[in-house]
Amino acid sequence: MNLVIGAFTMGLILSLLSLGMLISFRMIRFTDITVDGSITLGASLTAVLIMSGMSPWLACLIAFLGGAAAGMITGILHTRFKIQQILAGILVMTALYSINLRIMGRSNIPLLDTETISGSTETLLVNLSGGVTKISLFGWPVPAGDLAVFISSLAICVLLSIALSAFLKTHFGTALRATGNNSQMVRAQGINNHTMVVFSLALSNGLVALSGGLLAQYQGFADVQMGIGMMVWGLASIIIGEALVGKSGIGITIIGAILGTILFRLLIAIALRWGLNPNDLKLVTAVFVFLALVAPTLFKTLTKSIFGGQRHA
Amino acid sequence: MLKIDQLSKTFYPNTVNEVRALQKVSLTIEEGCFTAIIGTNGSGKSTLLNAIAGTFIPDTGSITLNGQNISKWYEYRRASLIGRVFQNPFAGSAAEMSIAENIVMAMKRGQNRSLRLAVTQRVRNEIADRVSVLKMGLEDRIDNPIGTLSGGQRQALTLLMATWLKPKLLLLDEHTAALDPKSAAKVAELTKYIIEKENLTALMVTHSMQQAIDLTQRIVMMHRGRIVEDYRDEMKKRVRVHDLIDTFDRLQKRELFDESVAELLLKQYV
Repeated sequence: MNLVIGAFTMGLILSLLSLGMLISFRMIRFTDITVDGSITLGASLTAVLIMSGMSPWLACLIAFLGGAAAGMITGILHTRFKIQQILAGILVMTALYSINLRIMGRSNIPLLDTETISGSTETLLVNLSGGVTKISLFGWPVPAGDLAVFISSLAICVLLSIALSAFLKTHFGTALRATGNNSQMVRAQGINNHTMVVFSLALSNGLVALSGGLLAQYQGFADVQMGIGMMVWGLASIIIGEALVGKSGIGITIIGAILGTILFRLLIAIALRWGLNPNDLKLVTAVFVFLALVAPTLFKTLTKSIFGGQRHA
Repeated sequence: MLKIDQLSKTFYPNTVNEVRALQKVSLTIEEGCFTAIIGTNGSGKSTLLNAIAGTFIPDTGSITLNGQNISKWYEYRRASLIGRVFQNPFAGSAAEMSIAENIVMAMKRGQNRSLRLAVTQRVRNEIADRVSVLKMGLEDRIDNPIGTLSGGQRQALTLLMATWLKPKLLLLDEHTAALDPKSAAKVAELTKYIIEKENLTALMVTHSMQQAIDLTQRIVMMHRGRIVEDYRDEMKKRVRVHDLIDTFDRLQKRELFDESVAELLLKQYV
């Protein structure tokens, strides 16, 4: 049960990463590698601020703003200075590596026995259950702390998803979604597509950094290396989500991204339990994303080679 | 009213690929006039349209629309005054978004976009109402992705979107050229209907001389980045397709000569 709760919590926290990447990858079609840096930025900012005694909620907000600033810079590099999407992302990601080291002052900050955003929920849970630290969930004893993190993550995730879904249905959000679809059309409707790209990347990386901030609190440390490969993880989650529920409608897409992230975390937890070497995790993920990306084309080629010559345009 | 004054644009200047796409083009189009621009390939007619739309900034000259000098405005800013329909039927709408979502964007053309819910029930009714004018049965499908429609249907919707808010100028860039004959006729008919009903000022680039004669009130012929003929009023009413073709032929014959020879002969004979 602890394994499942853990995977769910991790999935919920990382689903903010997936939601952020949903905006950049799927809505404005921007291959944004800044993600690898901004998730660490969120983690390091939160860790340092909490250590200095700041409220974890405020620390998360600042992490969000920090990520937004990073995304904004990537956007400006691309739109104003005409640097390719990937290169713009790589530049900011590389710069963030040094910035994160500067922020933390060293490569790793442990967050043990510090206040976290789930602290008040935990107190509440313990009080409700009459002072016990292990709460029975469907018959399994679960530490109140773990359950509290799970509930807090769930609440944050649900609230942000509703807000994001509502935002994307506004006039502004509609214009944002159209920007990735057809930028020529968007300009002809009087929308500055460059502003849209910069704004979207800011929002996207803000969410990613927030995810990083929550992640640091959950795992109890911030590490300068923790962002490596996060983009591919997020992409894998999005792909799984789309396979699960399709992409008809904004609400469905958002739910898909969250479910995809949770399922992906569950799969990883199970694979690790079965003895997958954690060092191989990123290789396995990369291969998975590769397969998911080529599968549709591969499938088409296969059908063509099997049924080739029988149908033509 | 649209006033173009001494507009010039050279692409790839000072290279072997230099193209003098527009050479001191001046053109004034009165309020409510539907004008066609015709010309051979590379005559600069699409370039002129793009210059007005703001796809690029011209080298010299000015463009005045509705009393405002828009020469230095970005493309998206000009959209507050200009509605556009493109040659490519897929260029004017976002394929993965629904008909309603596409139109709701056109309802805010050139305006600030708020954080209010875009597709409300009131908006849906209004959309279904106006889309039914097209008589394509699209009013029952306003939640379908626009990418599922045919080119003709998409072009008709793009036209509707471009004129949803009355534009000061409507730019049509060979907007029926990529459609099958039946759809092209339908879109042309719709164009005439909307322009007459709303009394729009419009500029249409076309390769179909018959279409230019049938639909518009004025025909401007371009050649090599210059305006060479301007049929208007009585002259436009008299002009027939063969007249236009004769003019084209004359232009092309002149080109067989070296430019200096042409100048010399012109002085002697004209």
